[in-house]
Amino acid sequence: MSKLLRRREVVLQLLEDRGDMMVVAGLGAPAWDITAAGDHDLNFPMWGAMGGATMIGLGLALAQPKKKVLVITGDGEMLMGLGSLATIAVQKPRNLYIVVLDNEHYGETGMQETHTGHGVNLAGMAKAAGFLHSLNIATQSGVARLKSTIRSGAGPLFAQVKIDAQKLPLVLPPRDATYIKNRFRIAVLGPEALHDA
Amino acid sequence: MPDGMKLLYYRPRSLPPDHGIQMKITAESAWPDEVHALLKEAGIRQVAIVPDAGHARLIKLCEKDKSMRVVRLTTEEEGVALLAGAWLGGEKGVLLMQSSGVGNCINMLSLSLACQFPLLMLVTMRGDHGEFNPAQVPMGNATQAVFEAIGVIVKRADTGEEVPEMVSSAIRLAFNTYRPLAVLIGQRVSGAKDFRKLTESE
Repeated sequence: MSKLLRRREVVLQLLEDRGDMMVVAGLGAPAWDITAAGDHDLNFPMWGAMGGATMIGLGLALAQPKKKVLVITGDGEMLMGLGSLATIAVQKPRNLYIVVLDNEHYGETGMQETHTGHGVNLAGMAKAAGFLHSLNIATQSGVARLKSTIRSGAGPLFAQVKIDAQKLPLVLPPRDATYIKNRFRIAVLGPEALHDA
Repeated sequence: MPDGMKLLYYRPRSLPPDHGIQMKITAESAWPDEVHALLKEAGIRQVAIVPDAGHARLIKLCEKDKSMRVVRLTTEEEGVALLAGAWLGGEKGVLLMQSSGVGNCINMLSLSLACQFPLLMLVTMRGDHGEFNPAQVPMGNATQAVFEAIGVIVKRADTGEEVPEMVSSAIRLAFNTYRPLAVLIGQRVSGAKDFRKLTESE
């Protein structure tokens, strides 16, 4: 059996005792992973809009500067929105943390290879863009350090976590995106979120 | 000037006739100031931009405004996602771009449509009134049709006076009815770039 980290265990560990941390997940496996860890009002799992997860995180982090925002996405999704690393580094949101679960494959479409299996270092790109923290992680102790930096350190942080390319049973979040949006806003802003314009 | 340099500074003897189309508005137009005031009144906090000459004054006004945060993007679709996040966190925003950037946004707009996020987009047109650059025409000509094909409501202003009214209408529709709105600001409003002038040395 592979010694690589397993995605659901990594995500479960990062979301343990999450408090009021808000979580955005890129489409596909990361959305199933955060749901497997427990459906939550402060989850925003994406069903599409590939390449947009980190920028949703930025808009949220700027709107709610006192709360932490964790974006969990995949290597393919991140590769589609690489320019956002530059945009985010310039804004320097202290409450934004990005974790890329890197299995070096497009897992939802037939396990085709991505660039990260061919030498592309996403954390290196984040570092060059100007992220305060940029980490390459491949071990259990690395995940533990990542969790403690997210809990007590300042962002912006970018972590590329190498994981096993397992095929796992899907754990689907609600599919009605207006429901996900409204319950998220109520959890952040209170019930008046639905009445204020 | 050495002989070899002459080619670089070659200017054609005759450019196409302009048929009296106004190419550059000289008097400072008031619409950017009025639009900035409307955005402020509506509580817009995040201003996402890929610059265009037609938006230059409005961008400056937003940069000076301490209640607004200007977020420079690398591509326009980043702005669609940014403002979805802003709304999740309780802030309103606006996306400023040129018509050429509209094509970059299309799949990301599925986010606004599926979630019913309010989204306000102000688009200055190229490839429109008196365009000189052939590369601007295909996207400029397709902008409204492409927006409407995916489900964005489009308002259009072809004079400076119309711009604030259309922006005001778009603000109400976007934030009261939870949907993406685009205001197209015609090239007649901001003036076509006068390439003739730009080929002349100072």
